[in-house]
Amino acid sequence: MKNNKITIISIAFFALLVLGSCAKKLDLFPQNDFTPEKAYSTASGYKSVLAKIYGSLSSTGNQGPAGAADITGGLDEGKQVAFIRGFFNAQELPTDEAVVAWNDETIKDFHDFKWTSADFYLKGWYARPIYNITLINEYLREATDAKLAERSITGAEASDIKKSVAEVRFLRAYNYWVMVDLFGKSTFITEADLIGTSLPKEISRANLFSYIESELKAIDADLAPVKTIEYGRVDQGAAWSLLARLYLNAGVYTGTPRYTDAVTYAKKVIGANYQLTHIPVNGYKGYEQLFMADNQKQKDEIIWAINCDGLRTQSFGNTTFLIHCAAGADFAEYGANGGWFGYRTTSSLVNLFADKTGNTDRRAMFTTSNFGTSNAQLALTDIGDFTTGPHVKKFVNKRTDNLAASDPDKNYADIDFPVFRLPEMYLIYAEAFLRGGTGADATTALDYMNKIRFRAYDDSYGPGNVGKVNSGDLTLQFVLDERGRELYWEGHRRTDLVRYGLFTTGAYLWPWKGGVASGTAVNNKYNIYAIPSVNRVANPNLTQNTDY
Amino acid sequence: MKISLKQLLKISLMLFFAALSATSFAQTSVSGTVTDSKDGTPVSGVTVSVKGTKTAVKTDAAGAYTVTAATNAPVLVFSSVGFTTQQVTAANGSASVKLVESNTQLQDVVVVAYGTKRKGDLTGAVTSVSAKDFQKGNIASSEQLLQGKVAGLQVTTGGGSAGGGSRIRIRSGASLSASNDPLIVIDGVPVEGNSIGGSGNDNLLATINPNDIESMSVLKDASATALYGSRASNGVIIITTKKGGKGKIKYNFNTQISSASIVKKVDVLTGDEIRSIVNADAAKSGVNTYKALLGNANTDWQSLIYRNAIGNDNNISASGAIGILPFRASLGYSNQNGVIKTDKFSRLSTAINLSPKFFDDHLSVNLNFKYSNVVRNKVDGGVVGAAASFDPTQANNAINKNKFGDNFEWITPGPNGIPIGTNGGSVQTNPLSLIDYKNDKAKTNRIITNLQLDYKLPFFPDLHAQINVGVDNTSLSGDFRADSVLVSEYFPSRRGKSSHYEQTKQNSLIDLSLFYTKEIKSLKTKVDALLLHSFQSFVTNEKSFADYATGKDTLLSRNALINPTNKIENAIESYVGRVNLTVNNKYLITASLRRDAGSKFAKENRVSYFPAVALGWKLKEEFFKNTNIISDLKLRLGWGITGNQDGIANYDYLARYSTSVNAGASYQFGNSFYGYLRPQAYNADVRWETTTTSNIGLDFGILNNRISGSIDAYQKKTNDLLLVAQVAPGANFNTEVLANVGNLTNNGIEFTLNTSPIKKKDFTWDLGFNMAYSSVEVTNTVNYEVANYQGIATSGVNDTKVGRLYVGKSPYVFSVSKQVYDASGNPIEGLYEDLNRDGVVDDKDVYFYKKPAADITLGVNTQVGYKKFTLGLAGHASIGNYLYNQYDATSARLRDIKNPLNFIGNVGRNYLASNFSNARYESDYFIQNASFFRLDNINLGYNFGAIMKNKANLRISGSIQNVFVITKYKGLDPENSSDQGLDNNIYPRPRIISIGANLDF
Repeated sequence: MKNNKITIISIAFFALLVLGSCAKKLDLFPQNDFTPEKAYSTASGYKSVLAKIYGSLSSTGNQGPAGAADITGGLDEGKQVAFIRGFFNAQELPTDEAVVAWNDETIKDFHDFKWTSADFYLKGWYARPIYNITLINEYLREATDAKLAERSITGAEASDIKKSVAEVRFLRAYNYWVMVDLFGKSTFITEADLIGTSLPKEISRANLFSYIESELKAIDADLAPVKTIEYGRVDQGAAWSLLARLYLNAGVYTGTPRYTDAVTYAKKVIGANYQLTHIPVNGYKGYEQLFMADNQKQKDEIIWAINCDGLRTQSFGNTTFLIHCAAGADFAEYGANGGWFGYRTTSSLVNLFADKTGNTDRRAMFTTSNFGTSNAQLALTDIGDFTTGPHVKKFVNKRTDNLAASDPDKNYADIDFPVFRLPEMYLIYAEAFLRGGTGADATTALDYMNKIRFRAYDDSYGPGNVGKVNSGDLTLQFVLDERGRELYWEGHRRTDLVRYGLFTTGAYLWPWKGGVASGTAVNNKYNIYAIPSVNRVANPNLTQNTDY
Repeated sequence: MKISLKQLLKISLMLFFAALSATSFAQTSVSGTVTDSKDGTPVSGVTVSVKGTKTAVKTDAAGAYTVTAATNAPVLVFSSVGFTTQQVTAANGSASVKLVESNTQLQDVVVVAYGTKRKGDLTGAVTSVSAKDFQKGNIASSEQLLQGKVAGLQVTTGGGSAGGGSRIRIRSGASLSASNDPLIVIDGVPVEGNSIGGSGNDNLLATINPNDIESMSVLKDASATALYGSRASNGVIIITTKKGGKGKIKYNFNTQISSASIVKKVDVLTGDEIRSIVNADAAKSGVNTYKALLGNANTDWQSLIYRNAIGNDNNISASGAIGILPFRASLGYSNQNGVIKTDKFSRLSTAINLSPKFFDDHLSVNLNFKYSNVVRNKVDGGVVGAAASFDPTQANNAINKNKFGDNFEWITPGPNGIPIGTNGGSVQTNPLSLIDYKNDKAKTNRIITNLQLDYKLPFFPDLHAQINVGVDNTSLSGDFRADSVLVSEYFPSRRGKSSHYEQTKQNSLIDLSLFYTKEIKSLKTKVDALLLHSFQSFVTNEKSFADYATGKDTLLSRNALINPTNKIENAIESYVGRVNLTVNNKYLITASLRRDAGSKFAKENRVSYFPAVALGWKLKEEFFKNTNIISDLKLRLGWGITGNQDGIANYDYLARYSTSVNAGASYQFGNSFYGYLRPQAYNADVRWETTTTSNIGLDFGILNNRISGSIDAYQKKTNDLLLVAQVAPGANFNTEVLANVGNLTNNGIEFTLNTSPIKKKDFTWDLGFNMAYSSVEVTNTVNYEVANYQGIATSGVNDTKVGRLYVGKSPYVFSVSKQVYDASGNPIEGLYEDLNRDGVVDDKDVYFYKKPAADITLGVNTQVGYKKFTLGLAGHASIGNYLYNQYDATSARLRDIKNPLNFIGNVGRNYLASNFSNARYESDYFIQNASFFRLDNINLGYNFGAIMKNKANLRISGSIQNVFVITKYKGLDPENSSDQGLDNNIYPRPRIISIGANLDF
């Protein structure tokens, strides 16, 4: 019968469909993403991951200027988890070098010394270096000799990757240095810690110091010699600079000073073919050029900088922030298309300069068309009022060759952010010497100070040699003040004031320190930041810093 | 027996034809009348069929019929909608019957998961709303038909935008981070999500024409939903569209025109008030910067952006049968304007249903085809806010027409003025410019089609097999355009911006099922069983195009694709088994098990089982069989486990690397820039969230169901709650990943009552009422013990979090600082109570204060019919819910009037009371009682009855929607679709007046 046939066929068909499994159809993969195997199948894949590792100090995600954020969790990627902006805020806002007019969340708590472990900015500042380290660890797991061999990557490509292994270990050490300095103890992960398997451990400040030191020494042979690798990547000079900085602050980090080691490594850098930028270009003085849109040209002085580009490395938290935050209606002078009416400095920094106008010591960059350095202007009557207080025009998105910066809209800056510059090494040498480090001498220290001063005064010592330092002037206080003059807004101040014991105490007060107009001493706990409470919830292995 | 001439003629003719067609059989003619047992009135249209044959006739207007049969004493079957079917043996050529009105409530067939059930046999908490009970008025999006109709179902429109979406919650939802949206099943095809990407979410339910919907079933407890397994935790809504019928083709045409207007505006200051504030401030400080910026006007910007919006809706449908082919076809066109100028929604839709049967009815075919084309002209989301905050002292005079258009804008002084802003584009844009110079037009085409073949096996009649193949294909494309004169798009390199976006979604389904039905008479037991295999896949294709600049009147050519198509997909494979037992027509037992395997999980976690059991006990049959007072009484008990996988991205479990999205994310080495490759955070262990629901319910009917209703109590416990959880820095490639963390408990009671206090021939009155109480509590948010854990701060303004997930509290409970007030009752800025008395007011003094979720939701509707008039009212209420008045919190400062960027802005009237000079987001001052009652609808209808010589039936109606709201809330509208309870200037819901006509012919 016809019907029976149909029935039998349909039942058979049906049974087949019911029993035939579709399980394989459930293995799906995103079209435009890569599996880890595919990502690392070629040398160019390694290079793109390496770009991400370096780039995570400048970009905030996989989309410029914002979007596809690296770190989410309710944080604003440009404002709270950008490396440069976070590091700048952490190092400058609680000091005499910066105040902010904005009322964004808890941002005012930093100059007021009121931050708590619940602070969202702290969460971001903690998250960024650790995130960078997580990327690095992953790269190190994938860049072993065995894996390269397995993937048939050989020859020049393999040796470049090998060099990059030393570089990312340097970057890991640098990120850990940020942790040592800001938070003391830290989450501690290496390439041995796999993703999503167990809770990371905590490391003490002293142990982390030793780890950074040993890593930096271990990679020395694998890093490229000074100035021999392509621009943007680190070489031995960066590792030595970080060691010098680490040793200078060893007393703070471990309780045991290491000034002799600081001298040793500062000397290594100084001896390695670096020079201060002197020659004016199109009227831009030597010092100015270091913070301009084409400062990648200053390779002789800048030992390592984090690259930014107005079109290709865009972010609201790299040097784009540094030009906009300081600008108001005078934004054009910053090479920007608008001001954010936010950050100024205090009279304490400005007063380190005998001549605040910048006409003699060129580093005093506080005058714009709208704002000067009159006493009335210097008086910071209201932190919330952008028009009061001295302005800072140090980072400027213009090129020395007068060509246009890369972003035609002038939204995003090209300025590379200098992490290590030669003058810092001079200053470390001098300070370490004054603090008893051996292997240095007074004459050389004085000479180094005068090299800095000579450049600052346009290759002179100014009218009547006012800028020249004499041997009697070379004191620890002088070195600190000189650091202020030379390195302000480059992310050194908090570390310096802590090392000098001036950060929280009443020995040095600046306007609105601790939220009081004339300044006040604050609790010593503020010498290091609080471990963000949310991290301690997520990871019970983490302990809180004293008194938070 | 008296037979009229007409009847005689009829009989003769029939006999003649009967004789012609069946000459070989003996013929008997049977006639009689059919009346209503209640009042003896004749019943027309009753089908009288001769049992065992295909012969059937219908009664005429007098209830009379005559039918011919082949035997001497044929058994006649009298059936009619609304009456209990009767069988009579016609012994001597006549049979008159009195039909008993059926227990409509009991006989109603309800669509449930994978099948239908008689309402009286339901064992789960299911509420079905059919077309006649839908919310009336001008309704663009289908889900709004259910507003206030079902206990425990909340439908909250996102705002008044034409064709905009709603938040739908069944029993408050079961999740937090994962979606709380119920699963929507359209004619047997589960559809994914309710939005399609692009710029702003487009509401997919608006693509279904409400006029094509026959019924919507709301499945609330696990015993009803567990058949949908891993997607059922938030309940299920089954939408069934209208089908074809038998007999002559009937047409329906309905048309409606409506006018919408604004009910309430944001309460802001007037130009005079701003002037006096700025002048007073200038007098005090001696600085006249802002005073100089003041204008002389009193402009109400809000009134300039709104309009009376006219809309119309026209539908025509035909249903009936062509030969053996029952069909229904419809065509609808709806055109709705939004109350904000240029906001527009139009929908062209068609639906076709064919339901023929073949091989002696052994093969039933059911084909549904629905197509719709929705075009939305969307307005910029910032218009409402911009109108509230734009300077009322300025008249709308253009500053530089050529450069910045016809509206007043804040431009820096001087001949070469540029927009005032921090970063190029302006920070303040005239709301009218946002309307005039911004355009976002999105088109959505959607085809939902499914073919159901049901085959009854000829040699095994208890078994039938079914194949259901369905495709839901949606494509969205749109163009966004910001004109070159728009201040917010003013850049040296370009003026204006245009962009194009495209996305398609394809959802395909194949279900194969076997149904077995058997009545075992010896055991008085009916068994019905189902075995089903299903595979469904969801594919989304996204295309990204580069933005391109526009001239004032020219559209430059579209840029090439910047990304190849991004294809995102997920799939789910399932087996379902279900057994229903009905014993002695008293005991109902249902047991089911679904096995789901989903592609969103790692192989080890891919499979999960979702069981459910339910028992029903017909107490009426057991104890009250012989009383008429109790017409229905049934006890239901149900238990089941369901899952939730919505809200989990498709590949969250996979280790993978993503490339840079654009050229702005690369890093320079040497002279080259290298794009990024970034490892993504992933959680290999992510698995289904599971919800265990227990439900106890009682259905009752009294006095022949003049009073009927049900009461349900339930407990839902969600485990392995999907939360975007903070992970330890360094443990993953982000500080948060979606993880199964935490638990949630939801207890609730629901009550539904439907009564017909008056049921007379010319006067009827129906009254329906439903109420739901629900209490949701977070019971865990971490995987391990943490001392003094403060919960997860979730929602707020910028980073000031005012909502938390905290153990023991309702989700998103407000955690705020307790405001201190002065003697006259005004808040003292920045002064909060030191609740822990430790001498410092800090974050330890934050306390829990109120919550966004309602304790009780109510729905009420009533319908009065008097002769040819009907009057209906429907409303709903929400009690115990609070809102954070974000508008007041963010616009309450002097610096919003005197903007530091050197322009004047407006603020809410609340500023006069608060006088805050800084933002005080953390204050409990902004948390306000948002309980409300809204009268959704008043409608009045008049039924002309038969017109045009009985060829047609006409009904006209008029309605007012959003009649009034009673509330203490001070903001624009207490009804807010934000789960977090943050109210930030929604698109105001308009009041809509509409009139319509409905013609059946």
